[in-house]
Amino acid sequence: MSLRRRMLITVAVFGLIAVAALVLAPLVGSAPISLRRAFDPSVPFADNADAQILFVSRLPRTLAAALVGAALAAAGVVFQALLRNPLATPFTLGVSAGAALGAILAITLPVSLAFAGVGAVPIASFAGALGAVAMVYVLSTIRRRGMSTSVLLLAGITLNAFFSALILFVQYMADFSQTMRTVRWLMGDLDVGSYAPILAALPFTLLAFAVFACLPRSLNLLTLGSDAAAARGVDVVRTQRLAFFSASLATGAAVSLAGPVGFIGIIVPHLVRLLVGSDHRLVLPASALFGAAFLVICDVAARTLIAPMVLPVGILTALIGGPFFLWLLIHKTS
Amino acid sequence: MRHDALAAAGAARHRRMGIAIACAALGAALASCGQQAVPSAEAQPRAGAPAKRIVSIVPAVTEMLFAIGAGPGVVAVSSFDNWPPEVRSLTRVGALLDPDIERTLRLHPDMVVVYGTQSEFETKLTRAGIRTFPYVLGGLDNLMATIRRLGPLVGRSAEAGQVADALQARFDAIRARVAGKRRPRTLLVFGREPGTLRAIDASGGVGFLSDIVALSGGDNVFGSEKREAVRVGTESILAAAPEVIIDIHYGRTLSPKEIDRERAAWKTLPAVPAVRTGRVALLVGDEFVVPGPRLAAAAEAIADVIHPVRRR
Repeated sequence: MSLRRRMLITVAVFGLIAVAALVLAPLVGSAPISLRRAFDPSVPFADNADAQILFVSRLPRTLAAALVGAALAAAGVVFQALLRNPLATPFTLGVSAGAALGAILAITLPVSLAFAGVGAVPIASFAGALGAVAMVYVLSTIRRRGMSTSVLLLAGITLNAFFSALILFVQYMADFSQTMRTVRWLMGDLDVGSYAPILAALPFTLLAFAVFACLPRSLNLLTLGSDAAAARGVDVVRTQRLAFFSASLATGAAVSLAGPVGFIGIIVPHLVRLLVGSDHRLVLPASALFGAAFLVICDVAARTLIAPMVLPVGILTALIGGPFFLWLLIHKTS
Repeated sequence: MRHDALAAAGAARHRRMGIAIACAALGAALASCGQQAVPSAEAQPRAGAPAKRIVSIVPAVTEMLFAIGAGPGVVAVSSFDNWPPEVRSLTRVGALLDPDIERTLRLHPDMVVVYGTQSEFETKLTRAGIRTFPYVLGGLDNLMATIRRLGPLVGRSAEAGQVADALQARFDAIRARVAGKRRPRTLLVFGREPGTLRAIDASGGVGFLSDIVALSGGDNVFGSEKREAVRVGTESILAAAPEVIIDIHYGRTLSPKEIDRERAAWKTLPAVPAVRTGRVALLVGDEFVVPGPRLAAAAEAIADVIHPVRRR
């Protein structure tokens, strides 16, 4: 089968899964709703509880889940290729720890940063993510042209630990209710409240995806090692830089929207690789689509399992995805 | 919620803080190396004698002690105590997660009020021969019961009885005022992201807030959940269709602009009856979340929202 055909089939199949999840998820929830009433034009929206459940409660969460799932899964693929390390995640290089520190400072400091319907926490966490990205980049390039992946990895991990310690310190000094809020934020949650935070995160995610679209061929060669890639005409420094910044941007946008939702960024890429092989031209789009579908499904579970209460979706991603991944792992490798 | 209120619910999460606590404890231990912190034997009171030097790390109990006239005996409080105003100048000895045993012992207390979950802290105090008063969070009745239990321990049984009776009378008066009235479906929110309807914590069917809603003639929409706090999404609120929303803010005062912003946050759910009819009440103050004697005033304010009194 030609590559073109395989790409078409892969994108079609995973796209179908993602679209099905996106369409079906808003129809499921803790409260039964009547679709006929929700779309009844004779009932004004202000009085239409069914329409509000659909459009105010469920749809923003579903869209946020799709955005975050796609961004984290694709960023995971890119980081794993960039660092040539199958254990790399979008959170390995300290982006999420920087975001978490920003979020936690926004929760504990009595300064209101809320802007245009976006709360202080998403804004501060995005700023924290950008700060961490800048620091890691400067550290990894300060002594040489281009990025050293081993320095990148070590700088990222150290920064991660450093930010985590700062987070613990701020948390420890915070009062009880603030500590509770930070712990909850760290679990990862898709309760975005409105469309405003999604719209705020969207341009950054789209920009990152536009860069991702140009990367797969270079990433394929990069996984052979930078010398081998350079020998085949890849501009290694430029590719590394593009990969690093785009994946970091996608991660920062996703984390500022939903907190550090774990598991997706490491397991979805591997899961997809088990299904479609390791060619990034297939893995990258398939991971983005599958990540979106997977988080949308997890969110349905988060909204309904213990209704009327909601679970933070970050608790469920590994609980649902872990056994599935292990099953696939054993099935495929036997 | 303020320190007391979710003590039980948060117990599991405290384990996460274990490392931080261990580090802080190590730091404290190193800092006080070589200092004599153990009180001398003669400082110990006879068993049964009223406590004269009290350390309270439970803000609700601190308020109770002051209410029954035992305030002058309180020598130290928790990091979070700020009421009554007299406590602001007192020594701080940590709180639920970080009780400072060294500082506590150095104050030579004869009674320490601790949280029921602080078994390690309690063990250390007991080993030092200091009486402890473990406080366990409970419903509204727990307020009066705790005050009555405190009375004899601090030599103020009569005052404690009077204070408990007076509080009970105020609660009974609310109950009598709303008796027979229709019970509107009520949502009580005590936490959410400022300015948005994200991460909403509401009162479940257990605890003093739930008791106050019931006493004030409201029907708690999440009353069937047998827990103090429920994290709910807007879908559950739309489905529950509360007729009254009580939105509690605490920890600091809100500016008029912030109050407008917080009230406006609810406008995203216009189909909720309480929003449509303008019955979303913002109540600001620590008295709503610290289960001490100020709960009577808090309950009166909440009852006024659920069943407004027509004033001339």
